[in-house]
Amino acid sequence: MSDKTMNLTLKIWRQKDAKSAGKLESYPISGISEHMSFLEMMDVFNEQQISAGNEPVAFDHDCREGICGSCSLQINGEAHGPDRRVTTCQLHMRMFKDGDTITIEPFRATAFPVIKDLVVDRTSFDRIQHAGGFVSVNTSGNTQDANSLPVPKVDADNAFDAATCIGCGACVASCKNASAMLFVSAKVSQFALLPQGKVEAKDRVLNMVNQMDLEGFGNCTNTGACEVECPKGISLDNIARMNREYMKAAIKKD
Amino acid sequence: MSVLDSKVPEGPIKDKWTNHKNHIDLVNPANKRLIDVIVVGTGLAGGSAAASLAEMGYKVKAFAFQDSPRRAHSIAAQGGINAAKNYQNDGDSTYRLFYDTVKGGDYRGREANVYRLAEVSANIIDQCVAQGVPFARDYGGLLDNRSFGGVLVSRTFYAKGQTGQQLLLGAYSAMNRQIGKGKIEMFNRHEMLDLVKVDGKARGIIVRNLITGEIERHSAHAVVLATGGYGNVFFLSTNAMGSNVSAAWRAHRRGAFFANPCYTQIHPTCIPRSGDYQSKLTLMSESLRNDGRIWVPKNKEDVEAIRSGAKKPVQLSEDERDYYLERRYPAFGNLVPRDVASRAAKERCDAGFGVNQTGEAVFLDFASAIQRYGKEQATVLGEKSASKERITELGAAVIKNKYGNLFQMYNKIVDQDPYTTPMMIYPAVHYTMGGLWVDYNLMTTIPGCYAAGEANFSDHGANRLGASALMQGLADGYFVLPYTIGDYLSDEIRTGPISTETPEFEAAEKEVRERISKLVDNGGSKSVDHFHKELGKVMWNNVGMARNEAGLKEAIAKIRSIREEFWKDVLVPGGADELNPELEKAMRVADFLELGELFAKDALDRNESCGGHFREESVELDGEQKGEAKRDDVNYKYVAAWEWNNDPGEANLHKEELEFKDIELKTRSYK
Repeated sequence: MSDKTMNLTLKIWRQKDAKSAGKLESYPISGISEHMSFLEMMDVFNEQQISAGNEPVAFDHDCREGICGSCSLQINGEAHGPDRRVTTCQLHMRMFKDGDTITIEPFRATAFPVIKDLVVDRTSFDRIQHAGGFVSVNTSGNTQDANSLPVPKVDADNAFDAATCIGCGACVASCKNASAMLFVSAKVSQFALLPQGKVEAKDRVLNMVNQMDLEGFGNCTNTGACEVECPKGISLDNIARMNREYMKAAIKKD
Repeated sequence: MSVLDSKVPEGPIKDKWTNHKNHIDLVNPANKRLIDVIVVGTGLAGGSAAASLAEMGYKVKAFAFQDSPRRAHSIAAQGGINAAKNYQNDGDSTYRLFYDTVKGGDYRGREANVYRLAEVSANIIDQCVAQGVPFARDYGGLLDNRSFGGVLVSRTFYAKGQTGQQLLLGAYSAMNRQIGKGKIEMFNRHEMLDLVKVDGKARGIIVRNLITGEIERHSAHAVVLATGGYGNVFFLSTNAMGSNVSAAWRAHRRGAFFANPCYTQIHPTCIPRSGDYQSKLTLMSESLRNDGRIWVPKNKEDVEAIRSGAKKPVQLSEDERDYYLERRYPAFGNLVPRDVASRAAKERCDAGFGVNQTGEAVFLDFASAIQRYGKEQATVLGEKSASKERITELGAAVIKNKYGNLFQMYNKIVDQDPYTTPMMIYPAVHYTMGGLWVDYNLMTTIPGCYAAGEANFSDHGANRLGASALMQGLADGYFVLPYTIGDYLSDEIRTGPISTETPEFEAAEKEVRERISKLVDNGGSKSVDHFHKELGKVMWNNVGMARNEAGLKEAIAKIRSIREEFWKDVLVPGGADELNPELEKAMRVADFLELGELFAKDALDRNESCGGHFREESVELDGEQKGEAKRDDVNYKYVAAWEWNNDPGEANLHKEELEFKDIELKTRSYK
């Protein structure tokens, strides 16, 4: 591996707390290795800030392997930055070049208020899940044998693909309407495709969509930006499926 | 005389759990509504426990430091979950899963707990399927299985390389159902900083609201800690950045014994480190060893040529490669347990055969599997005269279907394509088998304080088998703890609500506030990460894959001095009354600096090699097992449970002697 290093200018959104106004601040940073992950670059930046007696930048992160969905960041205007099918923690500095200016902002949406700097509140996503993102089965263990109900492989695979959503919110941040349709439709689809989810399908889709609207997310106008920026490649087909499910439920609600 | 009572029920091992359950006192539904239970941590164990307890009727308060319960680090588990379903008709059974787990743990787990784990394993799969967890299926629509290290059957259920994610989202959905009904009150971005005891019983916790910095008191009739493992004591590990020992450590300081802290799993297949800025290590699932073959070059010249880039690994012929696991362990080959595979990689790299620039990497190669699957597919498709390119294409598609996301992850991190060149891997800290000592009911030595999942010590002995962590987390949370806790809570029905306005809560809160003030006002000169990295270096070099007396004594001295320096010179920017990630880290590292010492002390006390704990003084000197780890059942067949005594170095040792009635103690051989 070569060891190319680069000098960069970071323009970072700084905001003291939810009530204060924020603004972009510029910082130079040097000697960044191309093998660093983006968040490791942020760690180096923060260590330098601490040494200099400044307050480090707050950002959400945890697993650093692209699965927990904690990390966010709008990097040069794109959710999770310029690479495709990665979260910010998997983005590597080899995607940038010496002399670049990198603008780093929080995910922006009415339903994702800023808490501090780059940290936003995404509990609206949790509340949508509370409204119906489950199968009503008790955890007794006395359910029927797992193999008593075969599921066609293609349905199981499609359900899995929908279920790989990590709830990061990139879809919302990428959408000009700040719509959460891709997120909500991923969960609705997972259950709609499996026999276990069919029993409550109608209530689920109606309740989840209702909660989505209450949280202040926008509508879907089929621009497809969400699918492009989704780190897990959740397909727009899910939105189409949710629309069908919703129509069916709205018409045939008993 | 030990004060430890494991409360293992009498009777034959296969009847113990059933009999025990039948005799646990039940709490009537009207009374359950009056009983509060706190669950700290919302991973597989905590999430499933919170959901189950709420469903049974208890009033549950759940806490997570993450912004959502769905982000707990169980989410990152890749490979799968074991269950004795015997769907593959390969001779699996509850007994075999029990046997494999006890043997895999190198005979340092508690038989009765392990048997129960094996017994409830099948229910977990039924439960998860009913919840809509999309496990992998075959073309007949039935569930698929794969093999994992240390076993000879195929009992691992999986969802590509994201099994942990799917299972956690299942538990999260069960929680959501209860949160929606108001049965669980969820506290995101709240971190537990102390356990409160009243009259000797666990009665609540002190937490910090991570957004506002407010210190809160929460009371309950019982407290469940499902706060994961402490691998981050090494700084670099496959754990999430926030994973920490603080909840368990604070309980330890309040009287919960800490068991076998030195039992650490160093996972063989992780992406090697690349530089000093490295913040964590990334696991490549053990399931890859089903199809990947591990090797290094036979000759040093080839090692040099590969390191310098003069030769590519694919240019080496079969004769020039040393498939050292297949050579040393013909019976299990690349599927030996993790501890064995890790030590074998270290042995080759220490001998100078490491294949990257740091000399700390071996190859994991899929070329054979791609050819094998490619030929199979060509036959299925009737392409009898398929070209080599066509076979490679077909084989790569099969591999992609099985491990696509792992290959993509590797590619993004390392910038190399594992379909065409072998992966480079090296062992990394992954899981801690040690944890809070618990009895058969999963209760710690503090009455009313329970520990579940990785936070307890109970099931994996000195080494955990692959795909067993998910099994244990969900077994504890769905099927064990919700029952056993009734044994304790049935005596609490007349207690009434627990007040937080008592001297005990007052005192605990005061201590927490003082600790925070001390850190925020310290005005030192070095960051928290500086100390964490120093600690990690000592742990990895002296308390890592190979340990010896001199090194451990040195580690203890060094950790003490780092700890002293930390409290003198740490710099925590920002205030106490705001979102302050540096303060959060400082609180966690302060506890790691104490745990690290106990960890080394435990490793020093255990002068035998067992599972993940390898003492250089204790190896087989001759015979077929020459050079392998040597266990000492005469002197060390016990659980080391440490009691806090004002200083980690002064901890008192209590021993729980292990009894093996149903499995004969044998030298663990994978030859």
